[in-house]
Parts: sequence; structure tokens; C-alpha cells
Amino acid sequence: MSPVSRGFHGRHRARGVDPGRVPPGQYVTTDFPVLSAGPTPRTPLESWTFSIRQAGETAKSWSWQQIRELPSEAVTADIHCVTKWTKLDTSWQAVSLDVLLGQVQHQARYVRAFCDGGYTANLPLADVTGGRAWLAYGYDGAPLQPEHGGPARLLVPHLYFWKSAKWVRGLELLAADEPGFWERYGYHNYGDPWREQRYSGD
Amino acid sequence: MTQTSYGPDDGTLDGNAIGGLLRELFGTEMTTASGTCATCGYTAQVAQALVYLDAPGAVMRCRACAAVLAVIVRRQATACVDLEGLAALDYPPPSS
Ligand SMILES: [Zn+2]
Repeated sequence: MSPVSRGFHGRHRARGVDPGRVPPGQYVTTDFPVLSAGPTPRTPLESWTFSIRQAGETAKSWSWQQIRELPSEAVTADIHCVTKWTKLDTSWQAVSLDVLLGQVQHQARYVRAFCDGGYTANLPLADVTGGRAWLAYGYDGAPLQPEHGGPARLLVPHLYFWKSAKWVRGLELLAADEPGFWERYGYHNYGDPWREQRYSGD
Repeated sequence: MTQTSYGPDDGTLDGNAIGGLLRELFGTEMTTASGTCATCGYTAQVAQALVYLDAPGAVMRCRACAAVLAVIVRRQATACVDLEGLAALDYPPPSS
């Protein structure tokens, strides 16, 4: 464990950290814990695609090469895991979901991310547009490693990190909300760390 | 079609890692219970399953096809136990 998170004030206040950046019930860590609900998938980049699906059909699909040719951004964000760690100032290379969703005609109000390994996570469309969500393929100046969700994962830092689905392969556009993996098993449907929405009913 | 392969990851746990938790929830020893995967039909003892604990809950997966067999989420005094991925789970009655 990092000594930084065991300061004089206890682990909820790491030294030099603005407490206003740490949501309730979270502690700051400097390492990057690996959380996985299944085996690490390995998909060759030649056969990897990212797709947007609508009404059971693929509305748009990009190859790895095509994703890499889209404009990307360097994103710095604080991330908050429901298992109570918060990591500040993480740096990512990522394509805004505005860029991807902007290439599809739709009237969806929700999306559900789907991933290698069968993992899913649901999000309101409003939370993945407006510059608040990305498809991330770089972390800390290097390609995103498989244990952290590489080759690409969602990055939705304003919600608990389970919403930032690892090994993501696409988004399903939905008119009505449908729960994802953890949301089905009792976790909060929305997952705002600042309102401590860990479990259903919080 | 995609050619995704999975694991094997170093340090993946097996069903023994949730033996205590299952005993608490079912009131009996469960690692020797026999579970059948609803996805592929593979049958094995619970002890043989793949288990992931570094996650918001405990996830038990089929050793043959990696499909989710069971998910257990604990929240203070209550536990949400989902066995949807199991076609069958045969275990001895709780000992009294
Ligand atoms: Zn199976």
C-alpha cells in the first residue's frame, strides 16, 4: 500500500491532496489497482473493432486503424472506484465519444457499453456526450495495458469507475435504460461518486 | 468474426476462495457441490470454478467456457446472490 495514503490525518486525507477532490468514503491511492470480474481478453488488433449498434444492427463500425486516425485528446482526470480508492490526475489518450456518436443518426437516450468477456455498463446519453466521456487507448504515455482494459476502454471519470468499461467493443443505443453487469447485481444504476451512489437505493 | 482469447491469468482463484462465504450464505459446505454451466453444460465441483474477487463483488465463472456462473454482492447485512449462470447446483442439505 502506498505510504502517501497513510498520512497524519488518516487515510482519507493524503498529504498535499485537496480534500475537495476526494468524494465521500473514498481514499487516495497512488498505485492503480487492477479490478477484474473475469479473465483478461486478448483480441488481435487486426480483428478488433468498435461498433455502435442500434435496434439490433450495427449502425457504424471502426477498425483499430480507423479509431487511431480520429482526432484524440490528452485527458487528465481523477478516477473513483466503488471499492473506495480514488486516483488523482490520471492521464489518458482518448477519442471523445462525441466524435464517435456524432457519426450516427439516432434519437437514443441511453447507451449500454458492450465488451469482450460479456461485461456491460449502462449510461444515460447525456453522460457520454458533451465532452464528458471517451474511448481511451493510451494511459500514462503508453498503450493501455490489457489488465487495465486495453486495447481500449471507456473513460467516464465523473461516475464510479465500473462505468468506464474495460475491453469495450462498442455502444448499444437504447430508447429505454437497461441495466449493465454490476447494475443488475445491486449496484447503483447511475453511480455518482459525489452522492455516494454505490448501491441500488443509495 | 473476432478471435478473442482469454487468460489464463496468473493468480486466478478457484472456488475454494469463496468457500467460507458460500458456507455462510448456504449454511453448508459448498465447494464440493456440483455445478453445471448453463452456457456450455460443463459440470464440475464448485471448488473447480474460476473466482474473481478483485471486483465490486465475487464472480464465479465456468472453467471450461468462462461464462458467469454466479455473482455475489455483499452489502452490510444483506447479500445479493445470482445463480443465473448455473443450470444445476447439487449440494447436500445444510447440517444442523
Ligand atoms: Zn461453461
